[in-house]
Amino acid sequence: MTEEIMRVEGLIKHFFTKQGTVRAVDKVSFSIFKGETLGLVGESGSGKTTVAHTLIGIYEPTGGKAYFKDQSLEKDYSGRSKNLKKEIRIVFQDPGSSLNPRWSIKQILELPLKVHGTPVNRDQMKRITELLNMVELPPEEYLYKYPTTIGGGEKQMVAIARALATDPSFIALDEPTSALDVSIQAKIINLLIRLQKKFDLTYLFITHDLSLMRNMANRVAIMYLGKISEVAPTVDFFQKPLHPYTKMLLSSIPVISDDEEDLKPKKVISRGEIPSPVNIPPGCSFHLRCPEKMAVCSKIDPEMVEIEEGHTVRCHLYADG
Amino acid sequence: MAGKDMKSNRVYAKRVNISKSWYKFSRNPLSVLGLTVLIIIVLAAILAPYITPYPEHAGPYTNFPESGQPPNLRHFFGTDTVGRDVFSRVIFGYRFSLLLAVVVISLSVPLGIILGLIAGYTKRKWLEIGIMRITDIFLAVPPLVLALAITAMLSPKLLNQMMAISLMWWPWYCRLVYSVTSSLRNEYFVHDAELTGARKGFIMIRSILPNCVGPILTKITLDMGFVIILGASLSFIGLGVQPPKPGLGTMVADGAKRLPAEWWMTVFPALAIVLVILSFNLIGDGLRDMFAVEEI
Repeated sequence: MTEEIMRVEGLIKHFFTKQGTVRAVDKVSFSIFKGETLGLVGESGSGKTTVAHTLIGIYEPTGGKAYFKDQSLEKDYSGRSKNLKKEIRIVFQDPGSSLNPRWSIKQILELPLKVHGTPVNRDQMKRITELLNMVELPPEEYLYKYPTTIGGGEKQMVAIARALATDPSFIALDEPTSALDVSIQAKIINLLIRLQKKFDLTYLFITHDLSLMRNMANRVAIMYLGKISEVAPTVDFFQKPLHPYTKMLLSSIPVISDDEEDLKPKKVISRGEIPSPVNIPPGCSFHLRCPEKMAVCSKIDPEMVEIEEGHTVRCHLYADG
Repeated sequence: MAGKDMKSNRVYAKRVNISKSWYKFSRNPLSVLGLTVLIIIVLAAILAPYITPYPEHAGPYTNFPESGQPPNLRHFFGTDTVGRDVFSRVIFGYRFSLLLAVVVISLSVPLGIILGLIAGYTKRKWLEIGIMRITDIFLAVPPLVLALAITAMLSPKLLNQMMAISLMWWPWYCRLVYSVTSSLRNEYFVHDAELTGARKGFIMIRSILPNCVGPILTKITLDMGFVIILGASLSFIGLGVQPPKPGLGTMVADGAKRLPAEWWMTVFPALAIVLVILSFNLIGDGLRDMFAVEEI
């Protein structure tokens, strides 16, 4: 087995609001191995972005433990070492708000270089040129442009270059393509895959697009209401999904031909919507929408069980192994 | 990609940005008019001793035989009760008005910006609430009343008037910068700078402040006008520029006793106030258009 680069154990992130406690992330555990892409899938409001934001240090976790290599991630950015900030980077969902509209692209790429220095070559300009070339933006054309004058895909390329600037080993990709046109999505995804190979990067890839996940991820983790319900290698995930929620998600992928339809697991009608994380149902949080609901489901929250090597599920159907 | 190409590229990009800004500003012809008028006024005020026909009339000068003349070719705006040239005195009067506005803005704006950035950016709730409640207290008092009280308490002269108005003016900038900062505080680009490890000071001044420049500059141009009015009002009731120095407000007050027969003593200084305020306001409109970030 390859080296474990990040380990998350029972991570909790609650937000305390006037309406009550929002249990955005509730005892989430998973590991990420070096060089792989872990896909984190879930509906809007399932807490997948909160997981990423907590791991990279925007929020301080309410409880639980997380480690990057052997450094603890229990503080937010203000309490983290420079080395952690260099190693863990993020590409945000909305490239429109992740680039300062008053900074030229050169200034945007300069900041991480200023803060962390570039060990290999001292010449910042050379490094910036190199970064822009990496993301396939001709430097002579883009260096002095401002984010407001370039398109969404180009902005996301700059955001990727900015994440790469510190020569990180881990990048969280928070729905990097969801705000972009489909034609540009493919380009960004291909670029990310190429960069991963080239620099031996580890990705935490967050999306709600399952087809994208299939192309991108080695392993997939499904989140529902702040909890992980199933973790599986991508192939298993699509071929033998276990959790009823996973089945529901898979059968909701739109298909064009009958051949494709046959590839999918048996049709599960998706019903209901994700409940509010302020008011999480007792027992298994999915029981309100589950087609295979049993009496125990509304009382006891199931535990995570490993069915096969690397394939774990949190459901009473599999509780006895 | 030789270094030389890059450099000429940057110069070119800068030139493009400047000409683009100017284009946006100049799309509004009234703003260009306002700017032109203001430049003329400022130049006239600076060069007043050289360009006015009777520079000595700006001081303790009397020439009773010439007093009370209506506008004519020798005295464009007529003469006042002691025979001084109103035109020369108006030009000199601009010096005090503009000086007041510049001093007030340059004292109150930096103070307001610093406090607003801190209050908007800090995660310490007590600091944010503390700064903003003090700001609210200042905003609750009408500026004219407080400036009046302060100037009256100290001695009525231009310096005290400047300090009094500055004290009244920073809270507006504090609140403006606070509102922009606290909305930008959770933008991803600010988070990214934090996660990268930039210092707080850097984030506030280099990351957030450039995004406040538009509203601040627009407000400054409008406020120059307001400060001039406030200064003139204080001068009008005798709490500003002291005679024989020619404050525009003081001149209006002096001439008011002679209305309506000797109207020129009041109307021309008053028009001068209107003209400078109008030009500041027109410029403000143009700046607002110029700083609007174009959306794609």
